[in-house]
Amino acid sequence: MGEAIVITSGKGGVGKTTTTVNIGTALALSNKKVCLVDSDIGLRNLDVLMGLENRIIYDLVDVAHGRCKLNAALIKDKRFDCLHVLPAAQTVDKTSVNPEQMKQIIHELKQDYDYVFIDCPAGIERGYKNAVAGADKSIVVTTPESSAVRDADRIIGLLEKEKNMEPPKLIINRIRKQLVKSGDMLDVDDVVSILAIELLGIVPDDEAVIAAANRGEPIALEPSNYASIAYRNIGRRILGESVPLASFEESQGLFSKLKKLIGIR
Amino acid sequence: MGRKLQYVTIKGTKDGFTLILDDRCSYRELLDEIEEKLSVATREPNDNRLVPVFLETGNRYLNEEQINTISELIRKKKKLYIEQVHSNVITKAEAEKMQKENRIVKIEKMVRSGQVLEITGDLLLIGDVNPGAKVVATGNIYIMGVLRGIAHAGANGKTDAVICASKMEPSQLLIADIAARSPDELQVFNHEMEYAYIDHNLNQIRIDKLQSFTMLQQTYT
Ligand SMILES: Nc1ncnc2c1ncn2[C@@H]1O[C@H](COP(=O)(O)OP(=O)(O)O)[C@@H](O)[C@H]1O
Ligand SMILES: [Mg+2]
Repeated sequence: MGEAIVITSGKGGVGKTTTTVNIGTALALSNKKVCLVDSDIGLRNLDVLMGLENRIIYDLVDVAHGRCKLNAALIKDKRFDCLHVLPAAQTVDKTSVNPEQMKQIIHELKQDYDYVFIDCPAGIERGYKNAVAGADKSIVVTTPESSAVRDADRIIGLLEKEKNMEPPKLIINRIRKQLVKSGDMLDVDDVVSILAIELLGIVPDDEAVIAAANRGEPIALEPSNYASIAYRNIGRRILGESVPLASFEESQGLFSKLKKLIGIR
Repeated sequence: MGRKLQYVTIKGTKDGFTLILDDRCSYRELLDEIEEKLSVATREPNDNRLVPVFLETGNRYLNEEQINTISELIRKKKKLYIEQVHSNVITKAEAEKMQKENRIVKIEKMVRSGQVLEITGDLLLIGDVNPGAKVVATGNIYIMGVLRGIAHAGANGKTDAVICASKMEPSQLLIADIAARSPDELQVFNHEMEYAYIDHNLNQIRIDKLQSFTMLQQTYT
């Protein structure tokens, strides 16, 4: 039986869907059986980032209401046989699914996949509760901005109250070195010291991520792009490998410099 | 009336009167005797000022209603008012409340955005108070960590309560009913090992190095 990991943030637009798609792709590259669940009902877009939108027939809400079998709603990725997507519904709202139904669906998926990633909608209401309901683990995505960090903190507080769930892990997305250097943005150490949870990885801000999303091809497929390497490193850390932060991932903080000097990550 | 009056003793002090009440007679007897004693003509103060009375009830427990009755009685008889009631006994509920207010509550956690941690007594927090989070205590607040959110000490009005933190970067500080916003109103030094207190001369919150905390305590005791 596989494990279910919810990818969440509190604030919208920080890169949850991008992260879900790219970690999923990275793990598929490592031959893991992966299912991506878009739980952002009413605002479905995970399928678009994967370039799969024209293949959707049934969705999560259809499965929840028994209008189709789970298998009928799953879409196979263009590139990997081991990567599938369960799309969200586009025409109804979040209340058309409840946490109990979500739990059931995720449980069923875990039988067939090594990893089930649940892309969580923004906010802390019903959509969040649905997304978290069936998860064993959680990843919190934030950008290095005060408002995103504060929302991430809020979500971490909620996740820490969930029973049967491991402590959340952190991904800091859209790091821009110039802004950090000029002090206009929080650096990685600032964010980690506020949120005080384990850092799973940091992803640089890169226009290529947006361009790839527009083409419907996850950036993780590019061999030498920095953001791509960051996502693949995160994938390896999820698999349990200890991968040190790559040089572009490193922050400017004194603590990280010290760690680098004495050779620990 | 042949009974010897002995249940109520009146003593004049420089601040007013002390009424010492016997704690073994019945409550009714007490009331009767207070009434009698106060009916005896005494020298009335010339002005219209009310004279304070200190009530000593010994080992008797008087509830609020009974104290009000006595209070009305002496107010009616003379220009007296009860300034303070002193008793050797308190109810279990009062004792528990006192015990709660005097205890130190140790909590190990991060207080995160949107969370409010409220306790009765002194708070010893091992962890940070993040932006958007709030800690409230009826007593003092000691934070072994970074205070970035809101802290409210002396929440029931205790104006000598203090807020200490390993690192002070609060968005707001409150002690009793006095508030200070940061950083415009608060003079924070290098943020580390500081405490906040009410400066009673200026009636506003001030922040100082923790070293001077012990000096402040000495002036109080
Ligand atoms: N590392 C990155 N570099 C550049 N743009 C990014 C990065 N991560 C996300 N984006 C862009 O940010 C926007 C929001 O991302 P998305 O994944 O949809 O966020 P969410 O799902 O949290 O709402 C998208 O346009 C996406 O392409
Ligand atoms: Mg999204």
